[in-house]
Parts: sequence; C-alpha cells; structure tokens
Amino acid sequence: MNVDETDLPGLGRRKDFMTASGRRIGVVEYREGQTELIVSTWDDPDTCQASVPLTADESATLGNLLGGQRLAMKLSEAHREIPGIVTRQFSISAESPFQNQPMGKACIRTRSGVSIVAIMREGEVLPSPGPDVVLHPGDLLVAVGTQEGLDTAAGILRNG
Amino acid sequence: MDPLALTLIELGAVVFCLGLLARLAGRIGMSPIPLYLVGGLFFGAGGLVKLEGMHEFAHLSAEIGVILLLLMLGLEYTATELVTGLRRSWQAGILDLLLNFLPGAGLAVMLGWGVVGAMVMGGVTYISSSGIAAKVITDLGRIGNRETPVVLSILVFEDLAMAVYLPVLTATLAGVSLLMGLQTVGISLAVVTLVLVVALRHGHHVSKAVHSENSEVFLLNLLGAALLVAGLAAAMQVSAAVGAFMLGIAISGATAHSATRVLEPLRDLFAAIFFVVFGLNTDPRSIPPVLGWALLLAVVTAATKMITGFWAAKRAGIGVPGRYRAGAALIARGEFSIVIAGLAVASGVVPSDLAALATAYVLIMAIVGPLAARFVEPLVRVLRRPVRGPAFRTSGPA
Repeated sequence: MNVDETDLPGLGRRKDFMTASGRRIGVVEYREGQTELIVSTWDDPDTCQASVPLTADESATLGNLLGGQRLAMKLSEAHREIPGIVTRQFSISAESPFQNQPMGKACIRTRSGVSIVAIMREGEVLPSPGPDVVLHPGDLLVAVGTQEGLDTAAGILRNG
Repeated sequence: MDPLALTLIELGAVVFCLGLLARLAGRIGMSPIPLYLVGGLFFGAGGLVKLEGMHEFAHLSAEIGVILLLLMLGLEYTATELVTGLRRSWQAGILDLLLNFLPGAGLAVMLGWGVVGAMVMGGVTYISSSGIAAKVITDLGRIGNRETPVVLSILVFEDLAMAVYLPVLTATLAGVSLLMGLQTVGISLAVVTLVLVVALRHGHHVSKAVHSENSEVFLLNLLGAALLVAGLAAAMQVSAAVGAFMLGIAISGATAHSATRVLEPLRDLFAAIFFVVFGLNTDPRSIPPVLGWALLLAVVTAATKMITGFWAAKRAGIGVPGRYRAGAALIARGEFSIVIAGLAVASGVVPSDLAALATAYVLIMAIVGPLAARFVEPLVRVLRRPVRGPAFRTSGPA
C-alpha cells in the first residue's frame, strides 16, 4: 500500500492514500500531538468531506477495529475446514473486571475452552499472548473456539 | 484629572472596546484586524474621540506588538520546514513575489511616491496574511485538503522573503545610497543563512538557553531575549522587527511550540494595540480620496494571488476546484502589510496618503480574503456545472 506523507509547515504532517473506490483516506498528525481522521469527498479527491479529531484512545480503538476485522477474517478462513470452530473479537471495556489485570486471571481457556490467539493494541498485534499479558481498556482480543465456548468467554470478560 | 487616572481610564476603555470588536469579529467569523483598524481611526487624530493620555504607553506597546508579531512569525515554521519549503516551492514563491509586489510598487510610482513608496507599497501588496490564511483553512476544514500544503509552502516562502525584505526596507527608509543598500542586502542574506544554519545544526542550544519548564521563567526569558535582540538590531540600524524574527527562527522544536503557546495572549494584546495605534495615526478624512485606488489595487492583487495559487496548485497536480481554493486562500492581507506600512510611517519619509492607502487596502483585503476563500468553492461548482444542450430541453421527459 502506497501511503503519501506530506509536510504541512507550521501544522504537522498528513498521511493518506487513495482507496480503490477513488476516495482519499488518512490522518493529519498535528505537531501538538492531536490526530485527525480525514476522508475526501466522492467527486473531488483534493477536498475533505470530513475531518474528525480523535483522541489517542479513540485512534487506537479505531485502528484495532479495522485491523482486528482483517485478522479475524484471515483466521476464519484458516478455520473454515474445521466445523464448529468460530473466530470472534472481544473488546475490553473500561468497566471490564479484568482491565489492568494479567489475562491469566480470567482463566478463559480453563473455563470456556476458548483460545485467545491475538490481542490488537494501538494498531499493533500481540500474537499468542501469554497469561501474564496485562489487559488494557480498548484492547481487542481475537478468540477462537466453539460457539458456546465463545459465549461463555464473553460473559467472563464482561462480568468476571 | 490626575494624569495617571486619565491614562488608565483611556487605556481601559480602548482595550475593552477592542475586546468587544474581537467578539463581534468572532461572531461574524471574520478577522478582527480590520475592526481594530477602524477602532483606531475612530479614536485617533481627526476621529470622533481624542485620546491624549495614553499616547506614550500606546506607542511603546505598538512597538512591542510588532516585535511579538514578527517573533511569532519566526516561531511558526521550523528551520527544516523553511529549507524544504524553499527548495520545493521557490518557483511559485518567485511568481508570487513578482505578481504581487509589482502592482503595489507600480501604483506607488504612478502616484509619485518614488522608489521608497514603491518599496513600501510593493511589500504591502505582496505579503499574504499567514494568520488569516491559517485560520480560514482551519475554520473551513481544509487542513486535510490536497492543495493546503501548496498554500502553506507559499506562505513559508513569503516568510523567508520577509527576512530579506525587512532589512532592505529599513535601509531604504533610512535613505542610504545604492551601494549601502546592496551592502545591507548582502548582510541580511548572510545573516538569514547563518541563522538558518545555526537553527538547523544548533537550534537546540538556542532553544535550551531560553527554555524552562516553569512557564513564568520561560515567558520572561523569551520576552527578555526578544526585546534584547530587537533592541540590538535596532541599534545596528537593522529593524528591530527583523531581530525578533531571526530569534524566532533560531528557536526550534518543542521549545518553539511551547513558546507560541506562552506568547499568544501577549501577542494578541500588543498586536491589537499596534493596529489601533496605526489607525490612530491615520486621519480618517484622508481615506476617501484614496479609496478608489485601494479598490483598484484590491481587485488587481486579488487576481494576482489567485493566479499564483492556481499556478502553484496546478504544478502540484491538484484538480481545478483545488486550484481556485489555493488561490483564494492566499488573497487575505493583514498584519504584516500593516507592519510594513507602520515602519514606513514611523520613518516619516513617506507621504501620509500612503498610510491611508495601506489602511484602506488592508481593510478591504482582510474582509474580502476570508469571504473569497469561503465562496470560491460553490462559485466554481456553479460555473463548472455542465451546460445542458438544447437537445435535452426539447426531448426531456414530459
């Protein structure tokens, strides 16, 4: 993917790329540290239809949502041969009893048979996380297991 | 009345009125600069209310306002941005300089104001208001637009051009000979280069010298350094404003960002007083005779900025609507045109009509600029809508 990086003197940098549908999408990173998501209009790729200011947490979450989707799709494809195995994503909310706790404390595999195969955090993937990885609010857990197992795991992460 | 009491009352009234004007400007979404100028005209010589008590303070404040305006202009871009901007946009920058300097200079010659007047008016029409342009781009949500870097790099070039222009202007105003003038140009070019090299290689040292985590210490360091450098520059017959500008360029990185934040309120106050004082010194009765010229100059230089932006955006591969947007964003003139005219008026070697013309011109351009930037897009869209042929009209669905 060819991402264009352009200096905005006095303001910061713009990083964007052209989508297959002919619209530009990307971010403006300000010198002061704020981030803005920008999307061009459909008829003029030079102009912006929307520029949405994002906090650090919000941009991390958005990155996880977009990246997690792709990871989950890939995993589902890999598991398609095995009947009964499903991939699902769980996000750790700020109310989750396991936020800022090592993942092992939730005993997800023991209690539901579900494997957490990856954690998406701030746009990056932690593959095969161990039990001592500390969960943060906004993390996206990619889990593989049976339908019932995943329901159980969702309940554990929500209610402890 | 006690003179101190009178001064305080006058100053308070003026600053309070400026607050009201700034609020009004914010409400209708325009730059406050034209309103400050009008405020000054209203209070000043030949105006409705005479203010005598605050004269001394206002005069010094106006000087500080110029120093702060230029210091913050220097702080706006890092040395790296200036160098890459120069490398990437020098063709557009030179076109900008030629197209926009010549109309002002030409009119000054036509009005018989001589070489000095031409130097001044050329500068007044050349320099876009980076303050108004940046605000318009932000307010209209165009920061992510593809033509915005083109606009910004032209502003960067103008910024550098000011560093050469201001010393030359100061020398011209002081009435030095051609040889001395060339010497001044040489010196200022050397100083600009030196400051850029120092800022690129050792900018962190300069920054470190003024930086402090404590915002009070930081503010005092910055202001002290700026006034010292400006004073020394003035003592060496280079303009005080240039000294402050160079200091701004030399301060870089994170220090520059926090310096901008710390200085902003001070700049707003003193710059507002500067605009008022400029208006105070202009007789409102001298404006109507030059209004026609100002309008003509406004039309011509709006067109030339448009051409500059259009051409630069075209070169950068921007589509037609974006080219118009780039041109329109550059139209506004403001604070620096007044700074240039102010330097000229202070030197006393230009006719008083020049101040009136510059005031009227900036009044028009500071109002028209943001409006042009806002309405150029729908206008271009209407004009570019495909014209329906008569065949459609006759065979359309009944």
